[in-house]
Amino acid sequence: MGSVYRARDLHFPNVVKLVAVKEMINTAPDLLVRQTIVQNFEREANMLATLNHPSIPRIYDYFTQDDRSYLVLEFIHGKDLEAVISDTNGFLPEDQVVSWAIQLCDVLSYLHSHKPDPVIFRDMKPSNVMINHNGDVVLVDFGIAKTFQSGQKGTMIGTEGYSPPEQYRGEAGPLADIYSLGATLHHAITRRDPRLEPPFSFAERPARRINPNVSNEFEAVINVALQYNPSDRFPNADAMKEALMNVARKTGTLSKIASALPAAASGTGIKPLWAFKCEDEIRGTPALHQGTLLIGCYDNNLYALNAADGQFQWKYATEGGIVSRPLVYDNNVIFGSEDKRLHVVGLRAGKVVWTYYTDGKIYSSPRIADGHIFFGSEDQDLHAVNVNSGRSIWKYSTDGPIYSTPLIANEMIFFGNEAGGLYAIDFRGSQKWRFQAKRAITSSPVYSGQTVYFSSVDGNLYALDAANGWPIWKFRLGKGSISTVAIADNLLFVGAADGFIYCVDARTAKEVWRFRTDNQVSSSPYVYKDSVYCGSVDGCMYCLEYRTGRLRWKFETKAAITGSPVVFDDIVYFGSTDHHVYALFA
Amino acid sequence: MADFFQKLFGSKNKKEKNREQTAPRRAVDLAVTAPLSDQQINSILMNQYLKYEMKQLVAAAGQSVGKQREHNEDSLLALTTTIAGGADGVPFGLYIVADGMGGHQFGEVASNAAVRIMGGNILRKFHSYLFNLPTQVLQESLQEVMEASVMEAHQYVQREAPGSGTTVTAALVLGQQVTIAHVGDSRAYSIFPDGRIELITRDHSLVKRLEELGHLSKDEAASFPHRNVLIRALGQGEALEADIFTVPFPQGGYLLLCSDGLWGVVNEKDLYRFISEAPSLHRACQSMVEAANAAGGPDNISVVLMQMIG
Repeated sequence: MGSVYRARDLHFPNVVKLVAVKEMINTAPDLLVRQTIVQNFEREANMLATLNHPSIPRIYDYFTQDDRSYLVLEFIHGKDLEAVISDTNGFLPEDQVVSWAIQLCDVLSYLHSHKPDPVIFRDMKPSNVMINHNGDVVLVDFGIAKTFQSGQKGTMIGTEGYSPPEQYRGEAGPLADIYSLGATLHHAITRRDPRLEPPFSFAERPARRINPNVSNEFEAVINVALQYNPSDRFPNADAMKEALMNVARKTGTLSKIASALPAAASGTGIKPLWAFKCEDEIRGTPALHQGTLLIGCYDNNLYALNAADGQFQWKYATEGGIVSRPLVYDNNVIFGSEDKRLHVVGLRAGKVVWTYYTDGKIYSSPRIADGHIFFGSEDQDLHAVNVNSGRSIWKYSTDGPIYSTPLIANEMIFFGNEAGGLYAIDFRGSQKWRFQAKRAITSSPVYSGQTVYFSSVDGNLYALDAANGWPIWKFRLGKGSISTVAIADNLLFVGAADGFIYCVDARTAKEVWRFRTDNQVSSSPYVYKDSVYCGSVDGCMYCLEYRTGRLRWKFETKAAITGSPVVFDDIVYFGSTDHHVYALFA
Repeated sequence: MADFFQKLFGSKNKKEKNREQTAPRRAVDLAVTAPLSDQQINSILMNQYLKYEMKQLVAAAGQSVGKQREHNEDSLLALTTTIAGGADGVPFGLYIVADGMGGHQFGEVASNAAVRIMGGNILRKFHSYLFNLPTQVLQESLQEVMEASVMEAHQYVQREAPGSGTTVTAALVLGQQVTIAHVGDSRAYSIFPDGRIELITRDHSLVKRLEELGHLSKDEAASFPHRNVLIRALGQGEALEADIFTVPFPQGGYLLLCSDGLWGVVNEKDLYRFISEAPSLHRACQSMVEAANAAGGPDNISVVLMQMIG
């Protein structure tokens, strides 16, 4: 039984020098056992004192008082790998794990070549690997590491799940550490805790099956380290390091290996470039046009702001809240309002050009093609309006309110309605096909590779053939979704009411990663460069690496974010229901 | 119509059928191709340069027992439909190549059953869409339909031909989308008009696995003695996981399915040459089969070639 304290070394009264003090309380009633425990403790201290390696904590002192023994060690700023794994949303990036693995091979190689006898660490596992403030690894808890004497049959100590088969027979050589390192890496890259799995079952759950981002090469290294027979593993830590270096070279990690701990820890310190306060909630998405940011608000106004500094330019009052995303066309701004009207106002001064009445509130955002504006209304119709005259060309009636924004692709118009219909109609307003989901389709369809993608409140992400509406695949989300899909590199990104942001392979409908936020995700993700940006009802705007789902940063506002961000020129713009419009560096 | 499908794909009297269909062929040099004349195809190809409103899916197939085998353990299915008029026509085609293995001629049974059961199952799902009015789309997604038919064929083979197995590479073409279901080491290629030939399936073979794991280099893999060992096959193992995915039909190009009797002996460059130089899809299939036989014909050869015109 033992505890570790953070302590201050008072030999240096003028500076704060932190040390770790490891305490062991000796509660054994039997005198002989108590002596053995103290001996074990002192052995650890003596052995540590002979070691000198950057990945092994330095030892300053040890002493025993009454029934307690203390070891004074270098204090490691940072957290252990087990905590890093569980605090990370999604998978740790491979290059990060590989760089740690290389350092772990270095320290194992150092221990194994220790003279006169090799030191077998015997307890390699994530909780014994500290990641310090520089992102480097430090091996801690040598409590059971013991000098190895060939042929000696030790007793079985080690952590189930990470220990090799021979350790259960009481034998442990350097190759046992290789196995445990393999198990540790497997845990780190797959998030599957081997203590919860049957022993020696790694071969049944290859890393890539759980985390498709793992390269073939890295999976192969892990597999070799995890071979059942010690003779099939890497012959020593140096050989394993060599193999890892090859992985790093192949996957281009080597150049990045110096990179420190994921910047994920950051996030609270981000300062907005500017913020602009409105008089009520902002639930919608902004539009950016030539340096002007346009956004609707529930104070009934549409605001035009200078995108560079957030300076107010003009506002235009409607008689209802505005969630519809404005569209700029021919120096006019076009958007819908809860006052049942489509408004067209001049971009320069915000003066009305014309308005168009429907019989319901307008949440859908307008789209333009072929001289027509298309948008849906709560009156269950999709409206086609002439962009110059504001006259209705036709209306297409459905069986439910239309909150979804129409998609125009391939000379067709695609949109969903609250009765679960997804419609494909042509520019003359006649139906080509209709698909029926089980519940509302509030999100807007998107198009890529002759396929239409959208999420539904029925909890599915759908891929339909754009030409005929055939469902190509369905992907089950944890809960319903009104978030619109973003696409990059054959990957789909979408939020759902279960609080996750999902990344799904467009070809195979397999999940690539998911990222947990603390509340529903109604916002639609936005992809810019190699990041995906998405808001959550938990109040945060998240920036994730889009291939891995790793958190880059998050920015907290004071209320839910339901609208979607826009990114332009490395600046993210979005509104929050805390009444503010924000601009942040991407 | 339903009777016709029952006859083609029903599982009642399949044992007899299997015997008829798979009796060893002696005339090995004659590759069998589907019955459409070159003239018909040529006229379509010539019209291609005109504005061709209706999308046309065309296909041809070739098969040979090869030079060294007694039995043909390959099976294939090629079915193309075009229904046009009224609204507009959606090209629909189903193509399957299966390469069976296992003693007591069970390899033939397995590949044949896989092709028929999958074919029948998929067509049953689409029957009402294709032949009934008014049409309504399926609730099941294309990938779910493919997965279910693979599983049904898998269970049938396990039950009726225990110990045997078969590869299966099936392509369902609907409109401009191709949904592939794949197990084993038969292959699907997308072939583009600029000469690119892209392997879109992944071999479930030991050699490929070792190559992926880095135990074998490309050169070592080429001369690996156990090239024919599969790590996944329909009919083998309890839980079968097929690769299922959807890709767009290569614009202006071709889709090719084949068994290892072709891709194992004829390289990709030559495949492209045969396809691009042949006056018709059928001749292309014939040239490919002949080339495989000329290279020794070590295994059964099956090939299906598809093209979207218009």
